[in-house]
Amino acid sequence: MSVAATARTQFMTNLRFRPALVLGLLIVVFWVFVALTIDLWAVYDPLKIVGRKLQAPSLSHWLGTDALGRDVLIRTLYGVRYSLAVSVVVVVCSVAIGSLVGAVAGFFGGWIDSVLMRIVDITLAFPPVLLAMAVAASLGPGLQNAAIAVIVVWWPVYARLMRGQVLDVISRDHIEAARAGGASSWRLLTKHILPLSWTPTIISATMDFGQVVLLAASLSFIGLGAQPPAPEWGAMISDGAAQFYSWWVAFGPGMGILTLGLGFNFIGDALRDILDPREH
Amino acid sequence: MTQYVLRRLISIPLLLLGVATVAFFLSHFTQADPLSALVSERQMNNPEVVAAAKQRWGLDRSVPEQYLIYIKNLVTGDLGVSFRTRRPVLADIAERLPATLELVIFAMLFGTVSGIALGVLASRFHDRIPDYLARLLALLGSTVPVFWSGLLLLYLFTVKFGWIPGPGRLDARAVAPPFVTGLLTVDALVAGQFGTFLNALHHLLLPSFVLGWSVTGIISRLVRASMLDALGQDYILAARAKGAGEARTLLRHALPNAMIPTLTIIGYSFAYLITGAVLTEAVFAWPGIGSYAVDSARNLDYPAIIGVSLIGATAFLLTNLITDVAYAFANPRIRLE
Amino acid sequence: MAGTTPLLEVRDLRVTFRNGVEIVRGVNFRTEAGKVLGIVGESGSGKSITMRAVMGLPPAGAKVSGSIRLHGEELVGASERRMRALRGSKIGLIFQDPMTALNPVITVGKLIAEAVRLHNPGMPASKAWQRAIELLELVAVPQPEVRANQYVHEFSGGMRQRAMIAMAVANNPDILIADEPTTALDVTVQAQILDVLKGLRDKLSMGLILITHDLGVVAGSADDVIVMYAGKIMESGKVRDIFYHTRHPYTRGLLSCLPTITGATSRLEPIPGSPPLLSARPQGCPFHPRCPMAREVCRAEEPVLRPVDNVLTACHFAEELRAEDSGRPNARAELA
Repeated sequence: MSVAATARTQFMTNLRFRPALVLGLLIVVFWVFVALTIDLWAVYDPLKIVGRKLQAPSLSHWLGTDALGRDVLIRTLYGVRYSLAVSVVVVVCSVAIGSLVGAVAGFFGGWIDSVLMRIVDITLAFPPVLLAMAVAASLGPGLQNAAIAVIVVWWPVYARLMRGQVLDVISRDHIEAARAGGASSWRLLTKHILPLSWTPTIISATMDFGQVVLLAASLSFIGLGAQPPAPEWGAMISDGAAQFYSWWVAFGPGMGILTLGLGFNFIGDALRDILDPREH
Repeated sequence: MTQYVLRRLISIPLLLLGVATVAFFLSHFTQADPLSALVSERQMNNPEVVAAAKQRWGLDRSVPEQYLIYIKNLVTGDLGVSFRTRRPVLADIAERLPATLELVIFAMLFGTVSGIALGVLASRFHDRIPDYLARLLALLGSTVPVFWSGLLLLYLFTVKFGWIPGPGRLDARAVAPPFVTGLLTVDALVAGQFGTFLNALHHLLLPSFVLGWSVTGIISRLVRASMLDALGQDYILAARAKGAGEARTLLRHALPNAMIPTLTIIGYSFAYLITGAVLTEAVFAWPGIGSYAVDSARNLDYPAIIGVSLIGATAFLLTNLITDVAYAFANPRIRLE
Repeated sequence: MAGTTPLLEVRDLRVTFRNGVEIVRGVNFRTEAGKVLGIVGESGSGKSITMRAVMGLPPAGAKVSGSIRLHGEELVGASERRMRALRGSKIGLIFQDPMTALNPVITVGKLIAEAVRLHNPGMPASKAWQRAIELLELVAVPQPEVRANQYVHEFSGGMRQRAMIAMAVANNPDILIADEPTTALDVTVQAQILDVLKGLRDKLSMGLILITHDLGVVAGSADDVIVMYAGKIMESGKVRDIFYHTRHPYTRGLLSCLPTITGATSRLEPIPGSPPLLSARPQGCPFHPRCPMAREVCRAEEPVLRPVDNVLTACHFAEELRAEDSGRPNARAELA
């Protein structure tokens, strides 16, 4: 059987009912749905004052109101837009940059590899949140700058991952065969090596969505990311910290971060089981 | 093994230089006017301060010269002056370091113990209920935002239950022990102030739990995998064939083997702890480097935040080195090479 | 000879995996103190699982039925507590690969001392340590005091095996089971280890069971032998009878695989094919697909173990083998 066919059969046998995967998909699909459609069915305006300040959860305001009298639940639901947008942009850019660097480093080896990996090591030497804070502070407040800061912190992870995979794939026989057959470096890289190297990156990227949401929210919590009055989750929790005795203000956005993170985690875990069954 | 340690040691200065270079870049090139990264807005009107800064950092010289001056300053411990406190950043950091150290140590203790316990449990009952529960607990630890869980738990235990004292490391009326290490628990014990010791412990309880829980997940996951690996080995069967019981096989035979790869994760979890410490300290008003970093970032205090990043990276590199060496030592096979 | 109580008596032993596959399908044998029983078979014959069942350590989830009597005490269904008391004290087990069977992070001395202390709870650590050194001496490990403080990877192959033997006989067991004790070793070391085992059998008056796929080991060291295939016993009897007058085509096939060193020009004939998968055993006699003598009845009916001449054999055509008896001795065997 061809390599592709055996891979396909293996894939099919690995597919079986996984409750965690279903739950994860439900959560993520729910949030995506909210992000896309909330304008149509939001009961309140997230930016307008719709009630008395700091009301505890009630029938008219399921998660109560915040310090300005805005509905916490609606703001929480709107908040997913910021988090999803940031995490998608960050993950895609980090994967792109990191994978490119890693592939080049692994493929060409030699001093290119050394130099590139030194840069990776240096970036990874910084505690992620501190580096993100430093970069975000240098660039100035705002969600865009926060996203850039997170990309700066995150890309080296994918560089290492891709490099490791490329090195592994290169040592395999059919690469030698293709090279002996006269394939050019570019062709070798794109047609033979890269297609086989994606798996750990995909798994990692899926799991990372949640972590990226967390890091971006952390920056907003500090005041470096989204700015008021945007209903971003991190910023909302910061409000909640200021309103310590009104626990509901922080409750909604925190649950948002938690559930979104769990959702992506479950999906990533299941992906890892399916695509890379020798783990576990 | 000495070869291995030497190789690792040699790479450190190079990385440190790289880290310093990044810091240089952040200090001098991200603002339109490099001066605004080194002198606060308020001080901009003060010609003396401005001149002193220009001199200190060589701002009228060429870029490579500035770089060398920057490195030289770093090596002599000059990380700049904080905009907020008007004190040298290094002094600020040194003053607040013990608080963070104490928090991180206790968090590490909690996270490691709970991680190992959950991992062993999960492996012993793998694919059964205790396994799923353990994995769920661990997962929550790594997905729950530390600044959120800290907040909610603080509310719960301080306001609702009143079990946990207010902010800070000690009650306002408690007597701080004389300075020995800066770790209040240790200093209190050394000075024989048992009441203060208990009070400090009391204050540490919730923040170290919240912070430690964030690493329980990664530790327990590896412990579980390593235990399952170890339990499949022949020497486990051999131990049973000798007449060893369940507990003995698990703890005396399997766990030591499982701990070897786990040591690396425990060391690297330090990174997670630093990340979490920054936010935990903000929530608990803990007077450490983390809250200093947060306040600095909030106020765009560039020297401070960049300084903290530098120190953080250095600490990071050193802990990784220590972890790698400890790993080499713990594995009898590598140790005896 | 008959008359003494069998040390170990196994009757109709069956071991079934969790998924329903029967690995050991009705095995019977017995052995006495001071005797060496060889169990021969290819991989997958069920020989190792049989012994693990005797120890009360079947694979996870497997079911054991039948009777296993040690000195008349029934082991099947015995409490885990009782089995733990017996393991390492009355029954010892040696594994094939000492590199993986000795814990890499515990010193060899501590491992042996543990075997002692597990069954002598009051014994102080120093005394157990002394005993460990004595045991290393017993199995002829040079410089035992130094070696006891070392880890398994610092030992050579033969020494590791000796250390494992020391650990298994720490409490003078009545019976020692050796699962492929020589397979992982050099040929030169193999003989030494077998000597150690036989010496211990004499010194400690143990029963010894040697599990192996190597007939040469059996020939040189065993008194009785069982030949297993596909979870059943094909033939059993005294070593001399089996080797010179086998009444089973499988055994004969195994014997023809042995090279002779006399320079005799008989050809080496490996048995064609391979042992059946556990899940896909053939009907009738399990060996019939590879058997040169297979006939219709072999496909239909499973042969029962019956006495033919001096052996017990499970073959429909054992009598024909008697007629073909070439009396071809194996020069590698050193039969007394």
